[in-house]
Amino acid sequence: MHPRPNTAFSVCRKLSNDDGLRRLRRYARKGGKRRQGAQGFIPNSRLGGHHDTHIRTRSVTDLTELGIKAIREGVKAGDFTAREVAEAFNASVAGAEKLNAFITATPEKALASADAVDADRAAGKALGSMAGVPLGIKDLFATEGVQTSAASHILEGFTPQYESTVSRKLWEAGAGMLGKVNLDQFAMGSSNESSYFGEVVSPWRKQGSDAKLAPGGSSGGSSAAVAARLAPAATGTDTGGSIRQPAAFTGITGIKPTYGRCSRWGIVAFASSLDQAGPMAKDVTDCAIMLEAMAGFDPKDSTSLDMPVPNWEAALSADLKGKKVGIPKEYRMDGLSADVAKAWDDGVQWLKDAGAEVVEISLPHTKYALASYYIIAPAEASSNLARYDGVRYGLRDLPEGANLQDMYAATRAAGFGDEVKRRILIGTYVLSAGFYDAYYNQAQKVRTLIQRDFTNAFEQCDVILAPTAPTAAFALGEKTGDPLEMYMGDVFSVPASLAGLPAMSVPSGLNAEGLPLGLQIIGKPFDEQGVLNAGLALEERAGFTAKPQKWW
Amino acid sequence: MSVDRATVARIASLARINMSEEDLDTLVPEFNNILNFVEQLSEVNVEGVEPMTSVIPNHQRLREDKVNADPLTGGDIRDKVLANAPAAEHGFFGVPKVIE
Repeated sequence: MHPRPNTAFSVCRKLSNDDGLRRLRRYARKGGKRRQGAQGFIPNSRLGGHHDTHIRTRSVTDLTELGIKAIREGVKAGDFTAREVAEAFNASVAGAEKLNAFITATPEKALASADAVDADRAAGKALGSMAGVPLGIKDLFATEGVQTSAASHILEGFTPQYESTVSRKLWEAGAGMLGKVNLDQFAMGSSNESSYFGEVVSPWRKQGSDAKLAPGGSSGGSSAAVAARLAPAATGTDTGGSIRQPAAFTGITGIKPTYGRCSRWGIVAFASSLDQAGPMAKDVTDCAIMLEAMAGFDPKDSTSLDMPVPNWEAALSADLKGKKVGIPKEYRMDGLSADVAKAWDDGVQWLKDAGAEVVEISLPHTKYALASYYIIAPAEASSNLARYDGVRYGLRDLPEGANLQDMYAATRAAGFGDEVKRRILIGTYVLSAGFYDAYYNQAQKVRTLIQRDFTNAFEQCDVILAPTAPTAAFALGEKTGDPLEMYMGDVFSVPASLAGLPAMSVPSGLNAEGLPLGLQIIGKPFDEQGVLNAGLALEERAGFTAKPQKWW
Repeated sequence: MSVDRATVARIASLARINMSEEDLDTLVPEFNNILNFVEQLSEVNVEGVEPMTSVIPNHQRLREDKVNADPLTGGDIRDKVLANAPAAEHGFFGVPKVIE
């Protein structure tokens, strides 16, 4: 592992000058690592201390092994500076171009935020809950002065004059920005292959294969960046599973909160009744910390929940005594791979071990969730994306002699990718006169039934355990030929989206091919705590420490 | 139910997206595949079921009846509004001529 000498060297020198390595080791001995275990800090003996430079290079890698909590607490304690953390992650980002996880890198922004945190600490000021933590920001969040493209050609070069509420709250909590991470175009996709800026490659590979795998989607730049240690955490958005499925594919943790918890203001809209932002991070605790920083009432979003943000981190508990976990019988369906079924069984045992009682539940309309989703989401998308007309922002294609209508049609043909066009057309069709009742209204009625299924189920249980996705990560290119086949992969994530429920994915282990699998916890409305707690119970028992071998 | 090429072309025109003949060649079968898939919803008995309007119960709020209650969403930011316009002219959005 040889980080690029120019970037790594300056960090090494700094660590060496500040005696940073010694402090890092001291930090490691303090037992700050709840989860990383053998994969976390490299013991001295394995550093092969025969060559100074080598040791220092490894120590830079070590900082990128840290998650949100470890960085925040290390910065607060003075074990290392926020600047050292930002420099280490900036170097990782610069050395990972093969993954294509970032559309825009903003190393100077990461450093500026870090310096502000270090200065606050030096001045004895209180530090925020995300102080010193540099983040990847999905390129769907408007960031003032930094291109926000939604991974599309039509918004290429769009430079917001304002900051999204969620990213603003993260900066206020002391976080910094490493850059804008890649995604499926307008968040429409499950593999990150629909990005105008190229596909993201998962850092994971099957054992004995170098075939490129999908990092999941739509938040595939976020998942790849966290899994590859380019960022300790990243923002994601989830419309039908876009936080949970990429988290499952890459062995990280991600939570979609209750609809309305995080403001949608300043997030490029896909399907407004479904879109929710959430954190993607290394573990459940980090997700709790970051979600707390992101959530909260915002008068600028008319669907924002006007209720206090609980202190999720402080109330984390993996003790599930007295809790009931529901196992939906309809989720044991054709197409569920054997390794996923096995992981699900493991999850049941782990939750029992944590003290929970496991009960079978029924969600009878499960089989209609995908069909309902693939009407509602495109319908909302066709309305939301009507704003891209070549007049107010983004691309304009004005053929010679074209009138206004021609300009709209030329601009949208040139600016949208195939999947986006497909969904706009489906949405336009199901909303058109004569078909509205048969398709859109019917889908919204089925959505009511799907939500009713959950309401009934939650009379018998506190949380629901299910797989996140029916399979482990698939290869890039494997499903691009058939849009419908790609949609089928969302079968376990879409129902919770349609019902607006909090849901998270936690890594459960590796399958026989060495690829991560994820387990999903779905909770009652507003009960992120119950979801996080069950997630923590799974995490503690799964003991997932695997990470991808560096090849990029 | 399946839709023909002319219907897809009409939908594309309603959605203001230019489609070439080759685009339609690919899109028409995909469009029908997706419609065939979502067709299964018609078998669900939805008698007496209201279509969902709000996934999490919430109430519509009114903002304060005041000009510029929130500077971020209020007025007096013309330059910012125009900053990303492909053709901003004289403080307006420029578009091709619409009246002959």
